[in-house]
Amino acid sequence: MGKSKISIIIAREFAIRVKKKSFIFTTILTPLLFAALMVVPSLIAMYSGGEEGQKIAVVDGSGIVMPYMESDDEYIFTEVTDKSVDELKGNFDNLDYFAIVGISPMDSSKNVSVVTYSRKQMNIDVQNRISRNVEAAVEEHKLKGYGIPQLEEIMADVESDVKMSTYTLDEKGEEKASKVEIFMIIGYIGSFLIYMFIFMFGSMVMRSVIEEKTTRIIEVIVSSVKPFQIMMGKILGVASVALVQFFIWIVFTLIIVTVAGSLLGLDQAAQTMAAASPEVPVEQITAAVQDEGDGFIQALKDVNYAGIVACFIIYFVLGYLLYSSMFAAVGAAVDNEADTQQLVLPITMPLIIGLFMMLHTFQYPDSALSFWGSVIPFTSPMVMMARIAYGVPAWELALSIGVLVLTFVAMAYLSGKIYRVGILMYGKKPGWKEIYKWLKY
Amino acid sequence: MGIITCSGITKKFGNFTALNSVSLDIPKGKIFGLLGPNGAGKTTLIRIINQITLPDSGELLFNGAPIRPSDVENIGYLPEERGLYKKMKVGEQAIYLAKLKGMSGKQATKELKEWFVKFSIQGWWDKKVEELSKGMAQKIQFITTVMHKPQLLILDEPFSGFDPVNVNLIRKEILALKEAGTTIILSTHNMESVEELCDNIALINKSNLIVAGGVDEIRRKYGNNHVEVIYRGTDPVALAGAPVTVVSDDIYKGNRRAVLDVSGGATSAQILGELIKGNDIVSYQELMPRMNDIFIKLVTNN
Repeated sequence: MGKSKISIIIAREFAIRVKKKSFIFTTILTPLLFAALMVVPSLIAMYSGGEEGQKIAVVDGSGIVMPYMESDDEYIFTEVTDKSVDELKGNFDNLDYFAIVGISPMDSSKNVSVVTYSRKQMNIDVQNRISRNVEAAVEEHKLKGYGIPQLEEIMADVESDVKMSTYTLDEKGEEKASKVEIFMIIGYIGSFLIYMFIFMFGSMVMRSVIEEKTTRIIEVIVSSVKPFQIMMGKILGVASVALVQFFIWIVFTLIIVTVAGSLLGLDQAAQTMAAASPEVPVEQITAAVQDEGDGFIQALKDVNYAGIVACFIIYFVLGYLLYSSMFAAVGAAVDNEADTQQLVLPITMPLIIGLFMMLHTFQYPDSALSFWGSVIPFTSPMVMMARIAYGVPAWELALSIGVLVLTFVAMAYLSGKIYRVGILMYGKKPGWKEIYKWLKY
Repeated sequence: MGIITCSGITKKFGNFTALNSVSLDIPKGKIFGLLGPNGAGKTTLIRIINQITLPDSGELLFNGAPIRPSDVENIGYLPEERGLYKKMKVGEQAIYLAKLKGMSGKQATKELKEWFVKFSIQGWWDKKVEELSKGMAQKIQFITTVMHKPQLLILDEPFSGFDPVNVNLIRKEILALKEAGTTIILSTHNMESVEELCDNIALINKSNLIVAGGVDEIRRKYGNNHVEVIYRGTDPVALAGAPVTVVSDDIYKGNRRAVLDVSGGATSAQILGELIKGNDIVSYQELMPRMNDIFIKLVTNN
């Protein structure tokens, strides 16, 4: 009897939420947003470039730099010999230049200085390019000054080409490409989502408890079903809403990304980019892009997605169960939402502490703080999620999950007692002392 | 053996005693009035019968056996503070509540449709509760309380919120349910409906049971054996042949009204036999004290 009643409650809690317009709306829109987050950056990379063919005037006082200023589709460097920088500056608005670059004559130690003027802020890429080009020109000019024979061959030989790949060795001694950035991003996003969802669905439980109390339907329901079953039915009903929503999100996002990817031909992005720089042989650029990409894509491929998603689900569910039972107890203790602020503090504090710990952990996954944060049940859902992509020993995972489960059971027991008394109490807002007394009724 | 038998039920909340060793027998198929001032412990007793609260000590029998969790399916409870989910549709909601009382969805739908016809509210099925007036919502609440055909119905202030027409409708339904064999516990402060509906009552005050028994029996017990005669005539009534004392004899709405003390053992036949001799009798009735007066007397003396 008890079992089937709890399932009746779960079914209602699930149905009323899934039928809501807001649920349908967020469930459909969020994957579009996810997909947009994944697709748009590639699109921007494909079509970025801003205005094409902006002219930059170069007044080369040194006489050695201009040959090194390489133009492309975006910026065209034009040498100006008949005007000084000051003249150009004074007449800037009538001239069709995006910027003016003034290069001083070489000083006694054969160095030059560079000034640039522009109406609009120059982006960092152009600035870097100019300073790189000037440095290259000066260096080469200085080297030539030493009169070393066969300099060009030597230079070509010396030109370094260092590619850096970082690997971590796993216990079996196999190397795996480790792109710390990816792990950091996964850890950060994963923990933040867990924090957000625990908060969102936990307070959903709380509001729902308050609603039953204020409409006074709770007294009718409690005459049919045990309070603990009502509470657990509600918690599990909302959990099933969350899981269904996650499932739809994951499936939809994958579909949209796949479809959008093939429609927009993102694979060709590299080629498109390469074709845009005519000075450099296409093969070379493509190769470079692939070189750069290989380690990254390899690392992306090496991420254990199934494991991470499984952990996400486990830690969300357990963390949610723990926190929502506390949220339910608070909801039962008050008469209206305005009164929750004080009582909700001990729930939100550990959640926020967990979030702050995560900000440390996603960069230092193996520190002592990260270890303890991922064992303490109130912070472990967030902190463990930040560690998980780096790989966590099985015993630590087992310990963390075990502690979390036990804490949930204990918390559900205590919350059940508070809930049982609280839902039938009206009037004065209870203090901590009062709630402590309820545990003994 | 009644449907509910309490013996020595005690319930404390911290230092506060809500019920102090209450023993009661609620007979089957009757309407039982549970009376008492606010805060006396009625709601606690009702919650104990509903197994919402467990007593600290004492025994509660349902149909002669210790009450079990599954017995809630044979009890219908209309709390004083009641409500429904505002955003849920009426039909859906009633079926949900019936399922929680152990009915199947199919059975509940069939039963509910019959009730909707009976109350001629067929159009409400798909309305949300928030669209209903308070009285309309009360009707739905009543239906959800009784639709699983409980053996025991606990109604806490069932008439509050209803207009006189609907009070009558609910009153008729309560009597029909009694006719069909349902035992009803009626908790109310409306003493008129106690006099009219209840067969037995129990009065609880300050956590203790003060009085329990048949309504007529209690009214007689707390009355002073007066009868009231209304007659047409000008002379004060003369009753030489019957062992009565005249308490009062005045003009009353164009007639005369005499109150007689019959403690001496006079029968109605004796009194009427005497009266008929010189008077035109309009009415004759046993003058029982109002439940209201008994209530006030017992509660203030306690």
